[in-house]
Amino acid sequence: MDFGFKISPSSAVNLDNADLTLYNRLCEVEPDITRCMACGSCTATCPANRFSGMSMRKTILDLQRGKGKEVVKMLSNCMLCGKCSMVCPRGINTRHLILSICKLYKEE
Amino acid sequence: MIYQGKQKIWADYQKEIPDDHWFYVRSCIRQNFFPGAEKMFLEICRNVLHKDFYETASHTTCGGIAYHCDTIPQETVMTIVARQFALMTEAGYENYVASCITSFGNYIEILETWNEFPELEAKIREMLWKACRREFNKPKYLAHASDLIYKYRNLIAEKARYRLVNRHTGEPLKVVEHIGCHYSKMFPSKGVGGAEYPYVLCGMVESWGGNVIDYPERRHCCGYGFRQYHVRANRGYSISNTHKKFESMEPYHPDMIITNCPGCPYFMDRWQYAIAEMEGKTYGENGFGIPVFTYEEVAGLVLGYDPWDLGLQLHQVAVEPLLDKMGIEYDPARKYEGLNRKDILRPELPGVLRCC
Repeated sequence: MDFGFKISPSSAVNLDNADLTLYNRLCEVEPDITRCMACGSCTATCPANRFSGMSMRKTILDLQRGKGKEVVKMLSNCMLCGKCSMVCPRGINTRHLILSICKLYKEE
Repeated sequence: MIYQGKQKIWADYQKEIPDDHWFYVRSCIRQNFFPGAEKMFLEICRNVLHKDFYETASHTTCGGIAYHCDTIPQETVMTIVARQFALMTEAGYENYVASCITSFGNYIEILETWNEFPELEAKIREMLWKACRREFNKPKYLAHASDLIYKYRNLIAEKARYRLVNRHTGEPLKVVEHIGCHYSKMFPSKGVGGAEYPYVLCGMVESWGGNVIDYPERRHCCGYGFRQYHVRANRGYSISNTHKKFESMEPYHPDMIITNCPGCPYFMDRWQYAIAEMEGKTYGENGFGIPVFTYEEVAGLVLGYDPWDLGLQLHQVAVEPLLDKMGIEYDPARKYEGLNRKDILRPELPGVLRCC
């Protein structure tokens, strides 16, 4: 029956079903990632964000949810300019983190 | 969350609720949605528990729906509410109890605003005097009607004829409790049990023999959310919220849902029909839905009132499976008889959701 509106697909993430193997390995290589507080300063200062949607904040969130494919696609927009590293209030070397993510996830 | 943790939170969020002498104000929409609920509240308080509850035909809406739909400013709502308080003052009462969760949230928000900005309260007093020559005292105690039933829950349990127990298995019924968002999410200290794990309905369910089930989206909105429903373009958002809740509670196989808000039982009841038509999915046993009740209706059922006198025939989701589980006697032939045995006609049956 058409009511004139529809049910949107749920965006809920079931963490019990998420495969976090790669994320856990990343945490061993780059323990700094656990210090991220998701403030979004990296995304706000990213010059690639406006034209490509590149978001370091979303990348880390996706990693924690086991969405590896989305992360690799997102990081292909990064120009490695390092501005995100300069503004991070937690002092995370995000540029180095991006390189480690690419290495680890592309290997898989 | 572990049970002991909840008990600590519940112990931290208890509020003083006077035992007697209340000025009662009704909800705008509950009487249309579930007409037996407010009647049953007064019936239980006045005639079963012999408490003093006063209501006046002069009271109006609190303005909450218009306020939350962004059609009137808060000063207008404050003046409407000031008039309600004036009616309470004129009747000689100090304890104010609202039937509606939105009203309850509104009253608390207004009293807290006046507490922070006394000049605004002075302005509203002046506006009320200019508008209708009335003056008011602020209520000494403000409660939601579910707070009162929570307070009287053990008295009701003593007089109960039925319990929330499956008579076939002897097991407690699995009950989903759903609290209206404006009950304690805005001001956690004003609700029994706080905002994360409100105790007000859990207390009733436990006293009457049921077992409350915990599920991931327990504190999620029912989907009504005023603008989410009232603006037609947003209704997909409304039903998606409700759908999310039902998907989350489904694995726990609840026998019933108990709510304390005007909108929640309506939307959780009616959207089950819409979800069934749109997706062909039902959440109860054997093609039925999960019956949704107000806390007054559940109190009426355990006290042994006739289900059809409680207005349960106006629910979209059939209540008979639950009545059978509890062992409540009812006459199926009387389902579509209203007050004074008046025929209220039979609705067309839905295609997917089983209703009889």
